[in-house]
Amino acid sequence: MSGAPGGDAGGAGLLRAGHAVPGAPAPASRRGVPNRGGAANPSAAAAAAKFGAAVRRTEVVCGDTNLHVAPASALDVIRWLHDDPSQQYEYLVDVTAVEQRDGGPLEVVWHLRSIACRRFLRVKAELDTSKPLVVPSVWPVYKGADWLERECYDMFGIRFEGHPDLRRILMWEQYREGFPLRKDFPLRGRFSRAEQLKQALTGNPEAHYSMEELTIADAFDDLPVEMKVRLGHGEQVGE
Amino acid sequence: MGLSPRPEPAAVSWQPQSQEGWLTTRLDFLVNWGRSNSLWPMPFGTACCAIEFMATAASKFDLARFGMERMSFSPRQADLLICAGRVPFKLAPVIRRIWQQMPQPKWAISMGACASSGGMFDNYAVVQGIDTIIPVDVYVPGCPPRPEGLIYGIMMLQRKIRTERMSDPSIRREMEPDPTSQLYIPPSAIDELSEPFGNSVHQTRSAP
Repeated sequence: MSGAPGGDAGGAGLLRAGHAVPGAPAPASRRGVPNRGGAANPSAAAAAAKFGAAVRRTEVVCGDTNLHVAPASALDVIRWLHDDPSQQYEYLVDVTAVEQRDGGPLEVVWHLRSIACRRFLRVKAELDTSKPLVVPSVWPVYKGADWLERECYDMFGIRFEGHPDLRRILMWEQYREGFPLRKDFPLRGRFSRAEQLKQALTGNPEAHYSMEELTIADAFDDLPVEMKVRLGHGEQVGE
Repeated sequence: MGLSPRPEPAAVSWQPQSQEGWLTTRLDFLVNWGRSNSLWPMPFGTACCAIEFMATAASKFDLARFGMERMSFSPRQADLLICAGRVPFKLAPVIRRIWQQMPQPKWAISMGACASSGGMFDNYAVVQGIDTIIPVDVYVPGCPPRPEGLIYGIMMLQRKIRTERMSDPSIRREMEPDPTSQLYIPPSAIDELSEPFGNSVHQTRSAP
């Protein structure tokens, strides 16, 4: 693909990708982006200047910038990326984790996008799998991290410090076999099929509600004062 | 359409040597004729098999020809549970409860490879065949089965219904799971049904 408009293959009248309009220049594509290296996202250098040793290294992979930070300072870096007027990463795309084979580190990955600056940044924190897996939760910054971090906890067993309600989300509450996406987890699970079926069938399918969700009295305490007064008078809501 | 010949209408016939009289066998024939031609399915569609099931119910293949156009989304008005798709362990108590809520007489079709055996999902999360949870009458193979396959399974079930006898007490026996384990077949049978299969036999368990 030389990028010449109206190419020879296919003949006239046949539209090819990137050449929908005859004579128009080919749109910019990711073709030719190197696997390693290239222009880094300027936010990475700004974060390195701001946080010093907490930002361990920066690498550019397939045109995207990975910012490796110390696990303890992940929340500070992400909060700065969100709040700083020159960064404005207001969209948290994903929170996930990657475990390497053969005892390598376990990486927690935050995908951030700045819609205002049209930038994408991948923040990574490496955890030692021989120690308890703990990183700070970014829930105080992005409320959308709630379920993403719960899924990450469910699959990897990473504890997000500061998460308001960290419990399983995909597997059921009484699941005893561990964290399925860890490398030491057998694909078929740890128990026999009969034991797995027995545990699943004896479980309550509605037990995924937390006690907070089930306790009406607690919910009543959180209501606004004037609503408490109205409900206290026995006012009926709706017809 | 390549289907087998229609089941003969007089599949239940009077046998003079049996203890049943002419009236009960003819009543069997009438009841079975009615039941087999007015099955109300409860569609338990969890995956891509449900798309084929929808195609079966739509105009081209037209389940209404079999008296099944009325999908019963309430299990209490259903005769036939069609499990179309894989069932994860988290759904196991749900399908068990739906089956228990269906009134007798009731039948079950396991549609597709995943519902019948776990299929390619030989992993920690998926039930290896719904026959470890509920009794199944007809297994329809395929991934997913074409509508012709499902219709063939339905016609097999109709044939089975036409041979049922009211005097046989084993047909309507309600499945009673073991109260402590909630299993209705022995654990050794479940392990035997679901042991090495698929491409992950090298994955061993770390505990019994």
